[in-house]
Amino acid sequence: MTEFIAAARSADSLEVALIGEWRALRLNDIGAELAALDLRGVRRVAIATDQLALLDLSAAWRLREFIVAVERTGAAVNFRSAPPQQLQVLDVALAKEAFRPPGVHVHESIEPVTALGRHVVRAWRDGRAGLAFVGRVALSALTAVTGWKRLRPISIARHVFDTGVTAIPIVALIAFLISVIIAFLSAQQLQRFGAEIFVVDLVTIGVLRELGVLLTAIIVAGRSGSAYAAEIGAMRLNEEIDALTATGADPYELLVLPRILGLVIALPLLTVLADAIGLAGGALLCRFLLDIPITQYLNRVNESIGPTTFWVGIAKAPVFAVLIGCAGVYRGLQVQGSSRELGRRTTEAVVQSIFLVILADALFAVLFMEIGI
Amino acid sequence: MAPGPRVVLEVRGIVNRFGAQIVHDGLDMQVYEHDVFGIVGGSGAGKSVLLRTILGLQRPRAGEVLIGGRNLTQLSNNELRTIKAQYGVTFQSGALFSALTVLQNVQFPMIEHLELPAAARDELAMLKIRLVGLPAETAAKYPAQLSGGMVKRVALARALALDPMLLFLDEPTSGLDPISAAAFDELVQNLQHELHLTVVMITHDLDTIFRTCNRVGVIVDRHMEVDTLARIVDHPNPWIQAYFHGERARAREVGHGA
Repeated sequence: MTEFIAAARSADSLEVALIGEWRALRLNDIGAELAALDLRGVRRVAIATDQLALLDLSAAWRLREFIVAVERTGAAVNFRSAPPQQLQVLDVALAKEAFRPPGVHVHESIEPVTALGRHVVRAWRDGRAGLAFVGRVALSALTAVTGWKRLRPISIARHVFDTGVTAIPIVALIAFLISVIIAFLSAQQLQRFGAEIFVVDLVTIGVLRELGVLLTAIIVAGRSGSAYAAEIGAMRLNEEIDALTATGADPYELLVLPRILGLVIALPLLTVLADAIGLAGGALLCRFLLDIPITQYLNRVNESIGPTTFWVGIAKAPVFAVLIGCAGVYRGLQVQGSSRELGRRTTEAVVQSIFLVILADALFAVLFMEIGI
Repeated sequence: MAPGPRVVLEVRGIVNRFGAQIVHDGLDMQVYEHDVFGIVGGSGAGKSVLLRTILGLQRPRAGEVLIGGRNLTQLSNNELRTIKAQYGVTFQSGALFSALTVLQNVQFPMIEHLELPAAARDELAMLKIRLVGLPAETAAKYPAQLSGGMVKRVALARALALDPMLLFLDEPTSGLDPISAAAFDELVQNLQHELHLTVVMITHDLDTIFRTCNRVGVIVDRHMEVDTLARIVDHPNPWIQAYFHGERARAREVGHGA
């Protein structure tokens, strides 16, 4: 049972009547019916189009393929009436030079030495461009401090809000959970020696020196580093950065610096919050798991805390903020061309800012050990 | 009903409102088969909102849209999908998929709606690319590498991918130089003629209207005045008078030696 063609065979000639609506959407069925025609021994094919209600271009293309295939077998093809006009359109369009989709672009060489070389060169260029970016940021920061207006206080305030205030719930929650985890873990070990009270020391020093600032920085890198990259990247795609430059405004002063400075203000404040919540979480766990009363907990915190413990943690925050801000904005500015690129750069921004934060933390640990605080 | 040209697209009593701002208040329009229908209106008159309503991207407060006699507001998602395969759309800024090459852009509707072997898809897509007058090399390029006029042509090729009978064009010639715009108009006209298309276009370009449209709908005072091009220019509405007989229109007449 065929829907689109009716074929009648007599001796060596085949009569094919096209029926109904030949639409692109039914191309598969049409193709199947044409392919099912038995062309063996056929010398003449006559095509009748009087029952054809509609023939769109894709279907006409399929018909044309069929005609070409028939003619290749040596048979003659003719139409009962005038051939459909769509075939002429195709003939005109296809008559120009043979067209094929141009070959897929060359794949990257898998030759290991070449690949390594490429990688190194790319990394070198990337590093240099990053350095140039940091230089420009520093320069525009220097010129900006000459006047309050150039610092764009309103813009900075907006970014403090976006990266700081809105991050409070998640930072608080994570600080709480982390301190509970440390307290729980250390309590399990120290209880065996009857040294539960040192849980307080571990929580205090762990949270204040390292984990408070580190986890806050990682959360902020995930939230704001990606937001910066995506926001600036979308502006790049929309040519907004070019528009800024064309009006004589400096995008570094207008977009880059406020974001980085906003983060430099917000991250230390978030760290203070994380420290406080972390200590509170430790207190809660000590009270209910180890039966250490709150007053004793507070006394022990006071004893274990050194003059620098808190400041060692807080001092790292602005550095982390600069790293996160730079990575986010820099990757955003590198976006060009397509939305896929935007996603790629945003991913890079987050991965790189978290990596840089952890690397810097390690360097800080070595530094603080060397200078003995 | 009196026998006449078949109605392909009908809009009945559309009401669109954003807060206190009423954009359309009982707007009607009819597009007949093989029309090239121009939608005209001042900035903010709601041309794009109307197009979005017709395409089902925006739900009107009241009224209905019929394509090929079927009420779009009452169709299931599956039925809508088949209707959507029957019309093509180009957007104002092209809206090409930036992560795909030109060839992949044109193939996209085919992949969504047809199950074709890759070779056939390639050939059909190349045919459409050729049809809109682009060189074969364009196929491997990404949208970011194209000029404005090429983007418009690729968008048209993508809109034609499934051989629709109905074509919506949102400002097809905006941002093109007069020569490219004229070439694009000619292209639309040729395709309309060769493929028996019905075209609905939003445009500001008087030249485009006079070159291609046979009927025009003007959005004035939240309604639409529809008539043939020859008659709409004499409509008494002051905005329509200003539009067709204003300074720019006169400049055009001088330029064309009319």
